[in-house]
Amino acid sequence: MLRRAVRTLDERTGSAPFLHKALRYVFPDHWSFLLGEVALYAFIVLVATGVYLTLYFEPSLGKTVYHGTYGPLRGMQMSEAYKSVVDISYDVKAGLLIRQTHHWAADVFVAAIVLHLLRIFFTGAFRKPRDLTYLIGLMMLGLSLPEGYAGYSMVDDLLSGMGLAIGYSVALSIPVVGANVGQLIWGAPYPGAHSFESRLYIAHVFIFPILIGTLLAVHLALVASRHHTQFRRRKADGQRRVIGVPAFPGQAPKSLGLMVGTAALLFLLGGLVQINPIWLWGPYETGLSTNGAQPDWYLGWLIGAMRLVPGFDVTIGRYTLVPNPLWGGLLFPTLVFAVIGLWPFAERRLTRDRRVHNVLDRPRDAPWRTALGAGFLTFVLLVFFAGSADRAYVSYNVDYSTQIWIYRALLITAPVAVTWLTRRICLGLQRSDEIDEEREAAEREARQAAQAPA
Amino acid sequence: MRRRSETVVALLLFCSAACAVAFVVFYAIEKLGRNTQYMGLALGGSLAFLAAALIVTGDRLVETEQIEEEYPLPDEAAQEQVDELVADTGRRFTRKRLLGTAAGLAGASLGAALITPAASLGPVLDTDPLTRTPWRRGRRLVDTHGTPLRADEVDPKTFYTAYPEGADHDLIGSPVIVARLDPGRLRLPRDRAAWAPEGIVAYSKICTHAACAVSLFRTPRFPPTQPRPAIVCPCHYSTFDPAEAGKVIFGPAGRPLPQLPLMVTAAGELAAGGNFSGPVGPSWSEVRNRRAT
Repeated sequence: MLRRAVRTLDERTGSAPFLHKALRYVFPDHWSFLLGEVALYAFIVLVATGVYLTLYFEPSLGKTVYHGTYGPLRGMQMSEAYKSVVDISYDVKAGLLIRQTHHWAADVFVAAIVLHLLRIFFTGAFRKPRDLTYLIGLMMLGLSLPEGYAGYSMVDDLLSGMGLAIGYSVALSIPVVGANVGQLIWGAPYPGAHSFESRLYIAHVFIFPILIGTLLAVHLALVASRHHTQFRRRKADGQRRVIGVPAFPGQAPKSLGLMVGTAALLFLLGGLVQINPIWLWGPYETGLSTNGAQPDWYLGWLIGAMRLVPGFDVTIGRYTLVPNPLWGGLLFPTLVFAVIGLWPFAERRLTRDRRVHNVLDRPRDAPWRTALGAGFLTFVLLVFFAGSADRAYVSYNVDYSTQIWIYRALLITAPVAVTWLTRRICLGLQRSDEIDEEREAAEREARQAAQAPA
Repeated sequence: MRRRSETVVALLLFCSAACAVAFVVFYAIEKLGRNTQYMGLALGGSLAFLAAALIVTGDRLVETEQIEEEYPLPDEAAQEQVDELVADTGRRFTRKRLLGTAAGLAGASLGAALITPAASLGPVLDTDPLTRTPWRRGRRLVDTHGTPLRADEVDPKTFYTAYPEGADHDLIGSPVIVARLDPGRLRLPRDRAAWAPEGIVAYSKICTHAACAVSLFRTPRFPPTQPRPAIVCPCHYSTFDPAEAGKVIFGPAGRPLPQLPLMVTAAGELAAGGNFSGPVGPSWSEVRNRRAT
């Protein structure tokens, strides 16, 4: 049966050689190679649950009064958009499950991409011939942030409104043309024209997903065409030949298992762990905000950056060249992405190593890369944690101004300390490798000497 | 050993099927149907069992011998051919520079023309709307429900959110924070001496940093470090001093909170004495040259 299907298809499409190649594609075996796959599977869950949600969501800021199932909101004025999401949560059977799974999937998607990026960085997998693949991956990460932001912003609950207000301020803070850009995106001064909701919606369900999906296809095609990298092995020319399990039959059940397992995790989270209970936040009003409110985790670093920047606007006379939100809201993330994106090229310059690399470094093999990467990561993580300063304020009652000063001090000292320490650790590990090798060589010699006839 | 693994996989698949059926049952039976936890557990469980079955299959039942393959090398012959093909085509043009300039011009102009309709998305050149607020002299301050705020209702130790009577509450220029301070400790500029009747002050509720509502009012609990009441934004902690014309005393905000002049009507209600002291909300390049209109 299967045989006939393969024949039939090959006669009409010539797919058999390609199919054979795909089935024998070699997967080097290491758990950390699966992080990117998790992101891919989370994306599939996102698309599936997202399509379901669009069948109920109303992208409209038209005012309506709520008369639905959830008692505390009854009689309240709200937008059609907000009402439709409350309805998905309370009146559509399985609606809340799908909605929460969608939200969790978004959080896991970005988390998996970030972990995947860290794996790629610290093992040097971004080197030629995979630097293009790396940049495309980074672009997907860059697109997934506004994608997620648009997704939770279009709900028009109190949290999404606060997030949009900040986004608007960052747009306005662009030098010279900020006011024009802000009005262009929002259609009017904040909170914007009614058509703004359709813009968010089409960006979230069409433009960004199409871009991410396209880049994803290119990313995977490039990975397959250059083959996976692999860790070094003894007695094997890893630079020329890739060793691993073939896609079929060896890898297929594992990858399928990971896909289904990722979906299982997301549905379990979606069913059991509450996320973004918008009926508790209430509909957005410009004049309302709440303390201890958090955006989704992947925007925490931007909130942290905007908090830590000292309070100043760059002015020339009465002309405001750089309003403050630009630093934390736009320049900081641009800089972080630029550093990550330019690293492969900088490293190639500094090390003068322009060769093709199919064998991965262990982090210790490249002490400077690992050390600088760890220092940079520390910097970004500290900024990220400053984004949760309000949780620390609410939960532990640590004064926010004290926290801000502690974070500022740490930002200057900790990355340097971590860089220094990481380099020391790498060099230490290298040394211990050498000692191990020497010992093994000595043991080998001793054995040979013992075996040799006296 | 193989038979045992096969039994395990079969059992896992049965469990997966059972959970899938359970999901449909939870979904269909109205009494249980609203229970997101049961549905999530059933569906997630079904997927988890299936994942386990697949992983056991991959681990125990499928051949996992390793194979080798060559990494692809660049095809230099093909590169060469492409080079030649492109170079050949180029040779046919005699006036490359002219054609290049003309093509560039056409491309740039057409590109600009094609994105022109995007300008309809918003008022691009006119930035006046950013300065508009609904406040005018004599307009009363009302609460969310539209009830006018009376001066004698304003308690010290707390603050009130008020809106302009009859205007859209959601405009960025609408909401104001009202608080009663000790008139002896007010330090307003001289030209604002009459803006705070009985020590009652009003400021825009929209943070001048990133447009969040400044909804925290800090009354001093510990005078050595927090000597005066302050208005705090929960988003990035910009902190403003209501006694000193909304001056920034901490945080990233670059401008003071715009102050709304107040007056008390004959009926004892609070009303605006004019428009704000400056543009409301976050800063843009021209903000310091503009007035609230």
